[in-house]
Amino acid sequence: MTNLVEIRDLRVAFDGVPVLHGIDLDVRPGEALGLVGESGCGKSVTWLAALGLLPSKATVSGRVRLGETDLSGAPRAQLEQVRGGRIAMIFQDPSSALNPVLKVGRQLCEALKLHRGLTGAPAKAEALRLMDLVGIPDPKGRFALYPHEFSGGQCQRLMIAMALAGEPDLLIADEPTTALDATIQAQILDLLARLRAEMNMATVFISHDLGAVAQVCERVCVMYAGRIVEQGEVGLLFDRPRHPYTRGLFDALPRLDGPRVPLVPIRGTVPDPRNLPRGCAFAPRCAHARDFCHSERPDLHRQQDGRALACAYPLPAAPATQDTAPARREGVHS
Amino acid sequence: MTAVLDARDLVRIYESRQGLLARPVPIRAVDGVSLKVHPGETLGIVGESGSGKSTLGRMLLGVDPAQGGEVRLAGTPMPPRGTADWRALRARIQMVYQDPLSALDRRLPISVQIREPLDIHAIGTPASRAARVEELMQAVGLRPDQAGRYPHELSGGQRQRVVIARALATGPDLLVCDEPVSALDVSIQAQVVNLLRDLQQGGQLSMVFISHDLKVVRNLCDRVAVMYLGRIVEEGPAEELFAHPRHPYTQALVSSVPEPGRALDSRVILQGEPPNPGKRPSGCAFHPRCAFATGICRAELPQLQTVAPRQTAACHHVTGAPASRAA
Amino acid sequence: MIAFVLVRLFRAVVTVLAVMTFAFVVLRMSGDPAQVLMGPDVPQNVVDAFRAEWGLDAPLWQQYISYFREILSGDFGLSMRDRSPAIELVLERVPATLQLTIPALLLKLCIGIPAGIYAALHRDSAIDRGVIFLAILGFTIPSFVMGLVLVLIFAVTLHALPSGGIGTWQHALLPAITMSIGGIGILARFSRSAMIEVMGQPYIRTASAKGVRWHDVVRGHALPNAAVPIVTIVGFMVGSVISGAVVVETIFSWPGIGRLLIVSVANRDLAVVQCILLLIAAVMVVSNLVVDLLYGWLDPRLRAQPAH
Repeated sequence: MTNLVEIRDLRVAFDGVPVLHGIDLDVRPGEALGLVGESGCGKSVTWLAALGLLPSKATVSGRVRLGETDLSGAPRAQLEQVRGGRIAMIFQDPSSALNPVLKVGRQLCEALKLHRGLTGAPAKAEALRLMDLVGIPDPKGRFALYPHEFSGGQCQRLMIAMALAGEPDLLIADEPTTALDATIQAQILDLLARLRAEMNMATVFISHDLGAVAQVCERVCVMYAGRIVEQGEVGLLFDRPRHPYTRGLFDALPRLDGPRVPLVPIRGTVPDPRNLPRGCAFAPRCAHARDFCHSERPDLHRQQDGRALACAYPLPAAPATQDTAPARREGVHS
Repeated sequence: MTAVLDARDLVRIYESRQGLLARPVPIRAVDGVSLKVHPGETLGIVGESGSGKSTLGRMLLGVDPAQGGEVRLAGTPMPPRGTADWRALRARIQMVYQDPLSALDRRLPISVQIREPLDIHAIGTPASRAARVEELMQAVGLRPDQAGRYPHELSGGQRQRVVIARALATGPDLLVCDEPVSALDVSIQAQVVNLLRDLQQGGQLSMVFISHDLKVVRNLCDRVAVMYLGRIVEEGPAEELFAHPRHPYTQALVSSVPEPGRALDSRVILQGEPPNPGKRPSGCAFHPRCAFATGICRAELPQLQTVAPRQTAACHHVTGAPASRAA
Repeated sequence: MIAFVLVRLFRAVVTVLAVMTFAFVVLRMSGDPAQVLMGPDVPQNVVDAFRAEWGLDAPLWQQYISYFREILSGDFGLSMRDRSPAIELVLERVPATLQLTIPALLLKLCIGIPAGIYAALHRDSAIDRGVIFLAILGFTIPSFVMGLVLVLIFAVTLHALPSGGIGTWQHALLPAITMSIGGIGILARFSRSAMIEVMGQPYIRTASAKGVRWHDVVRGHALPNAAVPIVTIVGFMVGSVISGAVVVETIFSWPGIGRLLIVSVANRDLAVVQCILLLIAAVMVVSNLVVDLLYGWLDPRLRAQPAH
């Protein structure tokens, strides 16, 4: 199967400070890919860079290929055709992501005009259809309202409708539910999953919420300090994480079932991009780090079970027991 | 045993104008809430935005005045806000907010800020205060060499530790935490949660922990109250409440927590959004979103009643018998 | 909407009343027109007769009441110097002032706003730094210094333009430019910061992400949002088309309202000064009113709206 998007050695620096250190990433047609990691690890920057949406102080290098089109170094007009057309993107804070002084109907129709050439009555009809599709009650009555007259959840639905306007092959959802209430998060996740299935649209789901990623994604990339550290099928990665960072993210999460025990935090904090450790960026926080980790940086290598892993001393590949709680209680990983 | 905190029938009404000249609409942000916190106990308050949980938190400290009901601390009524008695009382109840950076003064080194409550309430001698600051910093996991640092030189997690140390300086009986870990990354969040757990171990400190994160609340709290549109709709011991939620809203809330391994379609997904508190539905405020609503739900406001040992719920359709439709 | 306008109108009237009262009291407390007009050697009975004639011997509150009574009946009083109606003296000067202030205002808008926006869109470039530098220079140099420098260059050295007086359009050139420079600087700064703020907003990224062409993002998405803060400043500038010319008119001996004000204040010509201040306040208040209404038109969030 040919890949929809291929990113090769993507590097980004802000004012000379590198924040993305060579990302290789493929997205297959129709697949749901999750990108997880803590703030500042480069999840969003990867896709903003790929679409040329970073501010001018950012320097970007590497290759981004969409089908037959090479996006890296493509002229602006070509990028603008791709954005919202073949690749659409939605963002974290839906209330501020819609233009406050333009009616939502107009913002929807703008996308329809750009990518499908629709204007006038057909555009309005299609916009109403999209509003209905994403679950906005009474689209006709609300077509001419402004974003502040919608709740956060409805704004995110409108953002999704706008993203669908160009009938994209790929939807990048950047923390789409983080700013929303729990019951609304569930609605939006459900909507995204349903739309992906109906429209056969690949989705990249950027989130720090491992639970949400587990529910909607098939494949997951874990990023740390501007690099992919582990990547694989969601079941494989979440049941048997091998990178200590991936494992650490899980152990740090409280659970809604099982005994109420102290959490196992990852010690220390995310390194400053201006002052990255010399070896593995995670080594200073890693309980398994040895001398080698502090001096040499491990590359991302494919493993026998299909995952890719960047760790010199990974956790054992043997299936972990179903219940990870005893491990936490004894603090095996701390 | 006297409760550390005993709030009865608290009511807070805001006037809200929709537009510059529209008639102000009364919004019952907190609508008849009663709760107790026992010594050494941690009470969690969960709910979505607009549920009134943060307003309730401020009312417990007397920062936000109650229009009805009363707050008693260790049996004595809360003195009116701004009085000398009230200020003295603030030494015994402290608050921790979501955003540590705005809670700290960026021009002062952290040790000065941790020490401030000691100076304000004239606790100990100047020499003993310095020792106390050192002790507090150690208790929250800050290194002595960080004493001279300024807030912007610290990470988010470290800042929240400073805020917590400052709140603990006066040796309060009660700590009200409003979303203290929501702004933190997962790995850092766990560090702060564990810190709060350690503080509980002392057995002296009671806590009210306000959060939308059910997982964290379950991990930290002994008892949990679930709020919807200004009212408590269910209350009970944390483990039982999350394992066997009785109120349909709690069921949906628990079910909405994404967990690895649970399929998306097995979740209870609520229709609609929490209504505007200014336009509270009649009867049970949850009825427009509730799959089990019947005529009585639209007409009558359900009262909290015991549904299981130590567990109460305000729903016409939940009785003492074990719920058959638990998620 | 009607209630919104009524409240604003009421506020405008209160503001004008406050200005009138203030002017009335301060003028009468700060010097005796009789003394100024007649000099120190005039016999006391002549001074007393003058005071009686102009009503200056009555208690302040009585003068105040009769002043308002006259204003309400459309009588703005007579000039103490030549006994002509004050309102006529003032109104005949308005066109001269507008000949300077309106071209100056257009210069401010046509140079200040585009320069600021261009600088914002090319942030940290050489042009941006140049615009900031010139803007700061523009509004920190006082207009009397700027005016004299321009006269020195264009009138004295180059003999290209007249150094003062009124007549041809060339006469208006130097004063209008002098008057506009500070405003250009202020508008450039404000437009730049407003635009930088807006360009950093998530909805701009959204517009780019949905494939809107760059200049359409700027024109269709950013400018309408940046307009609100810019309109505030422009409103203030429009409000000062009458009052803003005092210094420049004096430098260039331009026979406008500003010069009249200076002369009338020096002479304690009460009716004329009050009349000018009333006009200034009225123009200011009206332009504020228009700005308030524009806000609602530009930003739907500021509209009074019924609950949906």
